[in-house]
Amino acid sequence: MEIERLPESDELLINMGPQHPSTHGVLRILLRTDGELVTGAKPDIGYLHRSLEKIAERVTYAQFMPFTDRLDYLAAANCNCAYAWAVEKLAGIEVPERAEYIRVIVCELNRIASHLIAFGAFTADMGAFTPFLYGIRERERINDLFEMICGNRLTYNYARIGGVSHDLPDGFLDELKDFLDYFEPKIDEYNQLISYNKIFVHRLANVAVVSKEDAIAYGLVGPNLRGSGVKWDLRKDEPYSVYDRFEFDVPVGFGEKGTVGDAFDRYMVRIREMKESVKILRQAIEQIPDGPVMAKVPRVFKPGPGEVYFRAENPRGELGFYIVSKGGTSPYRLKIRTGSFTALTIFDKVARGHLIADIIALIGSFDIVLPEIDR
Amino acid sequence: MTAREIYEVLREKFGEEVVTEFQEENVDPPAVVVATEKVAEVLTFLRDDPRTLFDSLMCLSGVDYEDRMEVVYHLHSMTHLHKVTVKVRTDRENPKVPTVEKVYPVASFHEREAYDLLGIVFEGHSDLRRILLPEDWPGHPLRKDYVYPDSYHGIKV
Repeated sequence: MEIERLPESDELLINMGPQHPSTHGVLRILLRTDGELVTGAKPDIGYLHRSLEKIAERVTYAQFMPFTDRLDYLAAANCNCAYAWAVEKLAGIEVPERAEYIRVIVCELNRIASHLIAFGAFTADMGAFTPFLYGIRERERINDLFEMICGNRLTYNYARIGGVSHDLPDGFLDELKDFLDYFEPKIDEYNQLISYNKIFVHRLANVAVVSKEDAIAYGLVGPNLRGSGVKWDLRKDEPYSVYDRFEFDVPVGFGEKGTVGDAFDRYMVRIREMKESVKILRQAIEQIPDGPVMAKVPRVFKPGPGEVYFRAENPRGELGFYIVSKGGTSPYRLKIRTGSFTALTIFDKVARGHLIADIIALIGSFDIVLPEIDR
Repeated sequence: MTAREIYEVLREKFGEEVVTEFQEENVDPPAVVVATEKVAEVLTFLRDDPRTLFDSLMCLSGVDYEDRMEVVYHLHSMTHLHKVTVKVRTDRENPKVPTVEKVYPVASFHEREAYDLLGIVFEGHSDLRRILLPEDWPGHPLRKDYVYPDSYHGIKV
C-alpha cells in the first residue's frame, strides 16, 4: 500500500497496528507524520476477512444465523435479531409478540454490554485503567443473564427466523430487574469516576470533530452520528419490531465541553444511551405478554423471489442487510453494511492535523469493532 | 414522496433513455433502473433537488446476476424520510461503472469492496484498490463463476 509523500520533507511513514493495543483489534493504519503531527492516515483492513457474504450464498437462511454472531462479537444478539428481522421482512413472516419483546430485551441488554466495553476500552486507551474494570464487572452480570437465556456468554445464536429459539427461563425477569436496579446508579458512578475528570475531558474535548454535514455524507451511523448532533435513531425514527411502544430519549452531542461532534460528545452519547436502554428494559419487563415465541415457519424455508434492504439500530449504528432471493433455500446475494466499516471512510479526513496521541482518541471514540469491518 | 413519484420526477428530468425501468413488486425499497453512464448525474440530482434531498447513501452493493452485473444504491432522505433504490447494470465480462464517491463520500469504501469481491471497476475512483483481500489475491470471490484456489503462497486453503 502506498501513501502519497512530499519529496524532500521530514515526513515519516509510521505503521500503527495491526498489533497495537489501542486499535481495537487488527486494524493497521498507515500514518504520514510530520513530527508529532499527522498529515495523512490510511486504514488498511481485511485481516479478519472470513468471507461471510460468500458463505451466506452457500448455506441456508437458518444456517447463516450463527455467522451473524461473528459479525460484531460485542453485540451478537443485535446482529442475530437484525438478520432475523431482515429475512422475516423478505419472506413476510409475522413474529409472535412475546418473541419481539424478548428480542428487544436481549438487544438492549447487549447494547448496554457493548457500550460498557466501549466505555472501558476507550478510557483505558486514554490512560485510565480503573474504569475498564468497572465496565467489565457490570458486563459480567449481563453475560450471566445471557448464559441463563441461551447458555452462551458471547455468541448467542438465540434468534430464529420467526422468533427466538426458546422462551425465557423461569425467574429471568426478576433477575433482570435486580440487575437494572443495581446497574442504573453505576452510570452516575462512572460519570463521577471518569467522565468529568479534568484530564480526561481535556484529552477528548475539541478532538476529532466531525461536523453534522460530514457525518451524514460519510455515512456515520449510530452514536457516532448522534455525537455530531444529528437526532437520528432507527428505533425512534423508523421503528421496527415493537420499539414504537417504548418511551425513551435519543441523546445527541451538543458540544458539552467543546465543539459539537468531538470525541467527548460521542463518548457521552454512549454513556447516556445506557440509561435509555435501562428505561426500555424496564418498560419491556412491564409490557411483555404471554404466548408463543416462534411463528410457524416451514422446515424447508424458501422465501419467494425478491429483494429487501433492512437496517436495525445496533450499538455501533445501523446494521443493514441487503438480501436478494431467487426463491432458493439460501440467499442469492447477501450484503452486510456495518457501522464500523463506513466509519473508517471518514478516518483520513478527521485524522489530518491531529497529534499521534489524538489518533488513539479518534479510534476509541468511533468505537469500531474489526470483525464487523472485515466480515 | 413515494418511490413511484420519485421515478416520475426522474423520468421527467432525464427522459426514458436514462431512466429505463421501475421495479416495485417484491423490491423493498422500490427500485429505479438508470443508464450506467449517467448514474453520478442522477444521484447528484436526487441529492440536491429540494423535492428528493437524498442526503444519505445507506448502502452500495454489487450483485452478480450471471448474465449481467448490477450495482445497487440504497438512498434515504433524512429530511423527507423517504427511500428509493437506484440500480445500474453493466456488462459482466468487462464491468465498468462511474464512481459516485464525489456525490456520496461514503461510497468510496463500498466501491472498493465491490471492486475487490466482484471485479467491478469504478471509473474515476481516487483510490481503487483491493480492500478486504490481499493485494495479490487471484480472482473476485463473489462472482458466481469463482473458482476456489488450492493454495495461497504455498499455504493450502
